Amino acid sequence: MIETTNPTWSPDVIRDIHAKADLGRYRLGSYCTFQHVPHFDDLVFLSTGLTRFPLEGYREKCETKTVLGHRFAQEPLELDIPIYISGMSYGALSRNAKTALGLGATKVGTATCTGDGGMLKEEREASEKLIYQVLPSRYGVDPHHLIGAEAIEVVVGQGAKPGTGGMLMGMKVRDDVAEQRVLPAGIDQRSPTRHPDWLGPDDLAIKVEQIREATDGRIPVHIKLPACRVSDDVKLAAKCGADAIVLDGMQAGTGTSGKILLDHSGIPTMAAIPAAREALQEIGLYGEISLIASGGIRSGADVAKALALGADACAMGIAALIALNCNREIPESDFEKEVGVPAGSCNKCHTGRCPVGVATQEPELEKRLHPEDAGERLANFLNACAMEAALLARSLGKGNIHSLEPEDLAALTIEASAMARVPLAGTERVFGS
Amino acid sequence: MVDLDARGKSTREINQSLKQFAARGEEVHLLNPQARHNLGVAIFHPFQLVIEGSVGYFAASLCDGPDISIRGNAGWAAGDNLMRGRVHVAKNAGASCGCTIHGGEIIVAGNVGARCGISMKGGTILVGGSAGYLTGYMMQRGRIIVCGDVGDAVGDSMYEGAIYVGGKIGVLGNDARLEDLEAGEAESLMEMLDRHEISAKPAFKKIVCEGKLYHFDKLELLERQVV
Repeated sequence: MIETTNPTWSPDVIRDIHAKADLGRYRLGSYCTFQHVPHFDDLVFLSTGLTRFPLEGYREKCETKTVLGHRFAQEPLELDIPIYISGMSYGALSRNAKTALGLGATKVGTATCTGDGGMLKEEREASEKLIYQVLPSRYGVDPHHLIGAEAIEVVVGQGAKPGTGGMLMGMKVRDDVAEQRVLPAGIDQRSPTRHPDWLGPDDLAIKVEQIREATDGRIPVHIKLPACRVSDDVKLAAKCGADAIVLDGMQAGTGTSGKILLDHSGIPTMAAIPAAREALQEIGLYGEISLIASGGIRSGADVAKALALGADACAMGIAALIALNCNREIPESDFEKEVGVPAGSCNKCHTGRCPVGVATQEPELEKRLHPEDAGERLANFLNACAMEAALLARSLGKGNIHSLEPEDLAALTIEASAMARVPLAGTERVFGS
Repeated sequence: MVDLDARGKSTREINQSLKQFAARGEEVHLLNPQARHNLGVAIFHPFQLVIEGSVGYFAASLCDGPDISIRGNAGWAAGDNLMRGRVHVAKNAGASCGCTIHGGEIIVAGNVGARCGISMKGGTILVGGSAGYLTGYMMQRGRIIVCGDVGDAVGDSMYEGAIYVGGKIGVLGNDARLEDLEAGEAESLMEMLDRHEISAKPAFKKIVCEGKLYHFDKLELLERQVV
């Protein structure tokens, strides 16, 4: 049967061409890629039988404590769960959202991260553990804030938009955001992608040392990479002296980006983790440099699978925002009227008209998000994810979540087998190896 | 002034000593820097440091308040992210001199490399000699004064602030334009040159942002409806 919709010239493709014909420029997008790519749902755990014995899923202890950045740092980052909150900027997010992220993370003993706009006082106060990002723009970078952080993350790039910086449209560059970033209010801000003070890995190694000098070597220095040429990039980050490497896959989120980058650059998170693990094994630093996976992490199952593939922890962005209330109709909101789409289908972060007060700078909208309540929801969600991951680990007989390993997994598709380097379900064959 | 000899000490030991001297407000004369990277990092007190010789990358960086004199050359990113205070380089500085500074003054008696003042957010950079390409790239606020020539793409993608050039200008960067000096501006520049004992007295040209890159021209239909 021939389909009535042309697969090459689908309605979406036609709409895209019409939009660009009207605009004369690339289109903007928010949230994350809409590409169908192999993801963690294409993997399953091989729980127990007679070759593996489970722990009591609801009773026995499964350790979730996570230590990151012990390679050189005197005070590695210690988290109660293997999940923390990704860097998301004040500007892209509201002040209340940033505060809620800190409150929620602190409740479950984990960390949050600043993002491309500097650190908010409220964010610092709410966050017992705060990772301070050093991005190419250096918006709001204050050495006093830097030395007070629990870890530093030098952002080489982001999985959502490798090779380019973020954007913040003028409606979100309100007076206080503009002042914090030292920009004219109301401009369509386009962040740089290259750092101002280093260009290549040899320079970055000196930059990492500079940060260590500033912090007296106390805290870890993470290097965040977009998942592209993973093996070489991970080895170079290791050479640069990273205590931890954050690997951001193509399903990672963004407040605003050129849509073309979201859909057509980077590789899936599931494919990036094994490549990074193997790169670190090759140079003898697996286990010494912490590996953090981000990009499309949605549940405890995703966390457990990422850990089994070789990550030490996961960072969550969009999932954390959804826990705050993103895409949920609340009494004060009317998604259809306010952003033209129903709750559950909204990806209009770049417009600044977030109906639930998460991705906005409009005071009236921001009031719809209560930091304490939202923080509680986030804490519940993070706790649920940690419990889910631990449940899976126990089903595999593991008393420590970090004991998960690749042999605990099977792939449901040939693509997933090749990317994750695990056998296709029901076979012994790892495709592509 | 206390003499501190860098020989035989690790960079960490030197920097920790400098932070301690700075906290006590004691002036320090750092000897034998041997062009090391990362000397004088994250000093947050107003104290005087004289480095007797050349330094590597990131000298006097991430600082807030000190007065640091480098009696030699400096590598890349001298004075990186200075908040307040003064950094003086007696000879030449490499690329990205004064990058991302928020305030204070950086004075280089000689020449500077590419990307001087990149992404600076305030403060003043004064260059006695010439500057390389992409001077003031993406600068956000503050002023850069170059007594000699500047390379191509000067002021590219700058947001605010001003770049003053005494010599020849290469090609102006995207969204940069020349503007006449305002009344009293030339006198203010000369006063600054005098204060820093720079003998050149050129007729400065001023480069500012044209503002054409501030906004996208159009929004999509749905974006227009929403916004």
